[in-house]
Amino acid sequence: MAETIAFYLFSGLAIIASALVIGQRNPMYSVLLLVASFGAMAGLFIQLDAPFVAMALMIVYAGAIMVLFLFVVMLLNAPQEDALPYDHTHPFRHPVLMRFGALLAALLVVQLTYALLRARDLRVPVAGRSDASVVGSVGELGRVLFERHTFAFEATSILILVAMVGAVVLARKESGPQ
Amino acid sequence: MIPLSYYLIVSAILFALGTCGVFLRRNLITILLSIEIMLNAVNLTFVAFGRYAADVNGQIIVFFVMTVAAAEAAVGLALVIALFRNRESLNPDAFTSLKW
Repeated sequence: MAETIAFYLFSGLAIIASALVIGQRNPMYSVLLLVASFGAMAGLFIQLDAPFVAMALMIVYAGAIMVLFLFVVMLLNAPQEDALPYDHTHPFRHPVLMRFGALLAALLVVQLTYALLRARDLRVPVAGRSDASVVGSVGELGRVLFERHTFAFEATSILILVAMVGAVVLARKESGPQ
Repeated sequence: MIPLSYYLIVSAILFALGTCGVFLRRNLITILLSIEIMLNAVNLTFVAFGRYAADVNGQIIVFFVMTVAAAEAAVGLALVIALFRNRESLNPDAFTSLKW
């Protein structure tokens, strides 16, 4: 019973916070609400016997990436959207195209609902099952990560290095001889 | 005892919210945040299916998704800063011309 209450609490919190993220006009509030959404998702991950993923989500996502977003929001200091000057000339502000986009969005919802309704074996309980010792152990996770996925792990470090160099090059102020 | 389908439904709702954000918002930072929402919805699906199959590979792919998301956020925000320096705006419609 407590598990069910926790599931509804965390999932409701995540959905409401995510909806508010895209409903806010001020990007500062959006970033802070996304941190709340990530906290709720970490609760869902703990319920799914993935405590290490939950901690990584809080430390890496909420702790590092969101701080990066906050720094950029404060650096740019542009709290309001300035949509009006561009609305008249926008190529997609056309009734036929807007109807086509709405049709695509409705098709996405129909497709997801159809897939969820037609799939079998979905009633199998996942949270609160007894075989948590394999999935929930951090040692097993590290063993599989460093034995079977070593190459992907090393490739990841190169990706991070390239992204760091790229970010420095892109955000550098262009001064000096042009 | 929560069934698997509940987690998939939550994930689908979060993914749809992220898609809405990408299409509806006119702020580059909010669009990047919506992409993060979508990535996390997919992470929830991976972990739920991994728990369903009692397999740790579902959690390992989440780490790779997080790494790619960190790289994407760093490069994306650097691009946002460079664009803002040129046009003093965060509206994606301000950057429709290829040359100025």
